[in-house]
Order: sequence, then C-alpha cells, then structure tokens
Amino acid sequence: MIEVEGLTKHFGRKVAVDDLSFQVRPGVVTGFLGPNGAGKSTTMRMMLDLDIPTGGSVRIDGRRYRELAEPLKHIGALLEAKAVHGGRSAYNNLLCLAQSNRIPASRVDEVLDMVGLTAVAGKKSKGFSLGMGQRLGIASALLGDPEILMFDEPVNGLDPEGIHWIRNLMKALANDGRTIFVSSHLMSEMALTADHLIVIGQGRLLADTSMADFIRENSRSYARLRSPDRERLKDVLHSAGFTVVDSDGGALEIDGATTEELGELAARDGIVLHELSAQRASLEEAFMQMTAESVEYHAHTGPEGDRPRPAWGLGGRDHQGEGA
Amino acid sequence: MTSVPAVLRSEWTKIRTVSSTVWTLISALVVTVALGAALSAVLNSTFAELPEPQQATFDPTYTSFSGRVLGQLAMVVFGVLVVGSEYSSGMIRTSLAAVPRRGTFFFAKVLMAGVPALVVGLVTSFLAFFLGQALLGDHGTGIGEPNVLRAVIGNALYMTLIALFSMGVAAMLRSSILSLGILVPFFFLVSQILAAVPGAKEVAHYFPDQAGSRILRVVPDAMNSDAAPYGPWGGLGIMVLWVAAALLGGFLVLRKRDA
Repeated sequence: MIEVEGLTKHFGRKVAVDDLSFQVRPGVVTGFLGPNGAGKSTTMRMMLDLDIPTGGSVRIDGRRYRELAEPLKHIGALLEAKAVHGGRSAYNNLLCLAQSNRIPASRVDEVLDMVGLTAVAGKKSKGFSLGMGQRLGIASALLGDPEILMFDEPVNGLDPEGIHWIRNLMKALANDGRTIFVSSHLMSEMALTADHLIVIGQGRLLADTSMADFIRENSRSYARLRSPDRERLKDVLHSAGFTVVDSDGGALEIDGATTEELGELAARDGIVLHELSAQRASLEEAFMQMTAESVEYHAHTGPEGDRPRPAWGLGGRDHQGEGA
Repeated sequence: MTSVPAVLRSEWTKIRTVSSTVWTLISALVVTVALGAALSAVLNSTFAELPEPQQATFDPTYTSFSGRVLGQLAMVVFGVLVVGSEYSSGMIRTSLAAVPRRGTFFFAKVLMAGVPALVVGLVTSFLAFFLGQALLGDHGTGIGEPNVLRAVIGNALYMTLIALFSMGVAAMLRSSILSLGILVPFFFLVSQILAAVPGAKEVAHYFPDQAGSRILRVVPDAMNSDAAPYGPWGGLGIMVLWVAAALLGGFLVLRKRDA
C-alpha cells in the first residue's frame, strides 16, 4: 500500500507536481497516466525519496521510504532503462544491489533467470540493447521479492515480444497479491494492463477511478452514415428527431442511435447509403479530451481550431472498444 | 536501520567489479615509480654537474618521489570515477533507492575506495623509494635515516588524500567530466605554476597538494625550495582539512539535492 498525500514539487517557479493525493492498493495493477511532462516520473522519484518534495508526504506500508531498513525488500522500482554501470556485468550490477540489502547472492541468479538474462549474466551491460537493459532493470526491481513494484514507462522502446512479456509479468505479479504501480503516457497500454487508473496532467490529479468505470463513462458510441444524397438524409434524420453532426469525408455521425433504426429509416425514404456503421470513440480520445487543457507541449501543426493534439503516442486506434 | 556492513560490502563489490579501478590504480603505481626511477638515474649520472648549493642540500628521498606530480593524476581519475560514474550512468538513483541513507551510502563508498588507494599508495611509495635509492647509487639514502620513513609513509597518505579529495569534489560537482576538467589542470598546472610565482606562492603554500607534499621533504628547504610556514605534519594537516571540507561538501550536496 502506497499513500501519497498533498505531494507537491516545485522546480524554481515551475510547479511540477501540485498537491497530489492518492492511494495505490495491493492486488491490482494501478496505472499512472499522464501526457509527457505531467509529473509522473517526478512523483515516482519522490515516492522513492530520490527527489525531495516541496510539500506533502509519501508512506510505504505506513512508513517513509528512508525509514525502511532494507527498502528493496519492500518496494522494487524500474525508473529508467540502464540505470546501471555499463562497465560492470549484469550479474555484478545486481550483486552490489543485493548485498546492500542483505539479499543472498543466489537470488541474483534467480532474477536473472526470471527475466531471461542468464546467458548474458557475465557480459558488460553497456553492450545491452534497450530491451535487455529494461529486463535488467526489472531484475533489480524483483531482487528483494518486494510486495510493491513500481515501473516507470516499462514498455518504452520495447519490441512487441518484450511488451507482451512485461504485460504478462505485471499481471502475474498482481495475481500474487502484490501492489503494482505502473506509469505510461499510452492509454492503449493502460487499457490492457491496469485495473485502476490515476490520471494526472500538469502535476494535478485529473482522475482516480477504476478502469471499468472509466471505460463506461468515457466510451461514447455512435453511428456513422454516408450517402450520395446527403442533404435529404439529413432532413429525414432531423425530422425523425436525431441530432446530426457533420464528420470528415462528408459522413454524418449520430449519437445514441442503433444502426438498425437508421437503416430502416433510410430504406423507408429510399435513400441510398454507402456506409452505415456502429462506432465507438476510443479511450485514447477520451484521454486527450481529459488532459487537453493540461498538456504542456502542444504540437501546433493544424489550423486554428484544430483538435488539440496532446503527446499521447500512437496506437490508440487498434483497440477501439476493447475491454468494454 | 540500514546495515552498515552490508552497504560496505556492496560498495566494495562496486569498486572491485569495474576495470577503471584496476587501470587507474596501476597507472598511479607505474607512473610514480617509473618517473621517480628515471629522474633518480638521471640525477645520479649528472650529479657532479649540479651547482654547489644544490649538491649540498640534495634530497634523495624527495627525488625518488618525483613521479608524484604525474602519478597523482591517476589517483585523481580513480577518485573522480568512483563517485562520478554513479552520476554519468544514472546508477545513483538505483543506488539511493537501495540505500536511502545518503550519509551511509556516501561514506561507505569513500571508505571502500580509500582502502585500496592507501594500499596502492603504500606499495607505490616503498617501490619508488627503494628503486630510486638503488638508482641514485652513492647519492642515495637509507630507510633508517632520520625522517625518511616519515616521507615514505607520507607519500602513501598523500596519494590516498588526493583520491579522497577528488571523491569529495566529484560528489559536489556530480559529474566526472567536470571534476576531471577542474582537478587535472589544477594539480598539474595551476598549483605548480602558482607555487613558483612570487606573490602567488604565499597563497599556493596552502593548496592541498603543496601543503600535503611538504611531508615528502627530508632535507628542509632543499634544492632551492621555499621555506613554508608549516612543518611536514602541519602541511599534511592542512591537506586533511581540505579533504574533510571536500567530503563534507560532497555529502551536503548529496543530501540536499534531488538524485
């Protein structure tokens, strides 16, 4: 259990984290979501007593981090890939960490095996790929067999196989009853792994909700229509009491209508349809809207009035409606 | 409470598992011994050509430690890398997450790096001394002569203190490159030059290397050197104060700053 209360961090005049309060509960994967620069990494560093908060506190199982005698046995963290000495072998990098917390050396072999690095245990870590570095970081997080695990953007830069592996690992760890806290700027990633969501933007808490609730509240369903006889179709829809919204490519979007009733309506008036489909707004879009005002770095690529384009990654499209 | 022996063990593993430890310490030994031996050999063959006052105050012990000026740079690199590599690799965050007591972490690291520096310093000093004296032939001295053993041990302490000072500076600057960029020119050029400039040398007397190296002189005011306002142990004391200040500064920076 992690309790964050009133956590605040100022860098000079810039407020990176602003009065943040939330709890991370055991037995579930809690996703920590926000655009780049929202303060996720700063918050995580403060949780580990690496950055000193301007205000507020973090309690790990009721205690401050630096009060933990052997912290690796309580909480394991992956902050950045390759936060190790490149000139030291993978084994020795883990061995110094293990020794500092009185973890037996045999555990080093165990975690190397768990992350699949046994074959390169004696190799200097500077030759490691990003994926191998990430696995080494996860091995160090698992060293003390901790109840709490914290991962900062664990899938960044990984290949699909590596991403798949990390997802399954996090789920397996949560099923053991452990507390998992994982940050991401990708909603699509969170939708696949997280049970609970904490969303921040510009250092402020925007949402603290279960994944299921979030999907229920934020996935808008609508129907999409295209017709060569567009104006007549609009009139018919209007007179039937539907609210019609113009969409791109001459298509029309109607909220809260089934494709069945719209199809029958068009048939009754003999209107030709080129498209009639049920649509669901992606969770990615819901996130973009939620954080639009708090996104720090807008990409000013479109004309005035263009939809804000926060720094979410791509990849939101391929899971439309998933998990609903 | 954090287990101090466990942290010491961990820091010792860090020291012994990187190759930079071996090559910096070996460089310190080889450079110091080889240069001292070379200069001793040269002085032995040209001794008759030295001016009279220099012959009269010739300091064979100090001569055999002539490699110090270059050899100490390897100790600087050793000290800087021990601390600085934590920052350049980003490992400092992993390390502090494992050992959140920053004082314990820092002083365990300093101690575990200081011990091999002292051992290498002692080996270097005795080697440099005996090899230098052998090459000086008739102009050499013996370890049993007054103050000679003090100078030999003193050179080992000097090398260790230089390494410790560099660790403190690297912890304050949190960067290997920056620390080396300041310390190497300072010890190799600035301090040497200022110590020879009238007016500046009164200040340079109090630089850590100038004060600390006074203990290497067996013949006071030998070979045209200037009289210092302190004795051999006083000089080493001044150097110890510098080292203490650097380490304290490094510790305070580590404690106050975000990692």
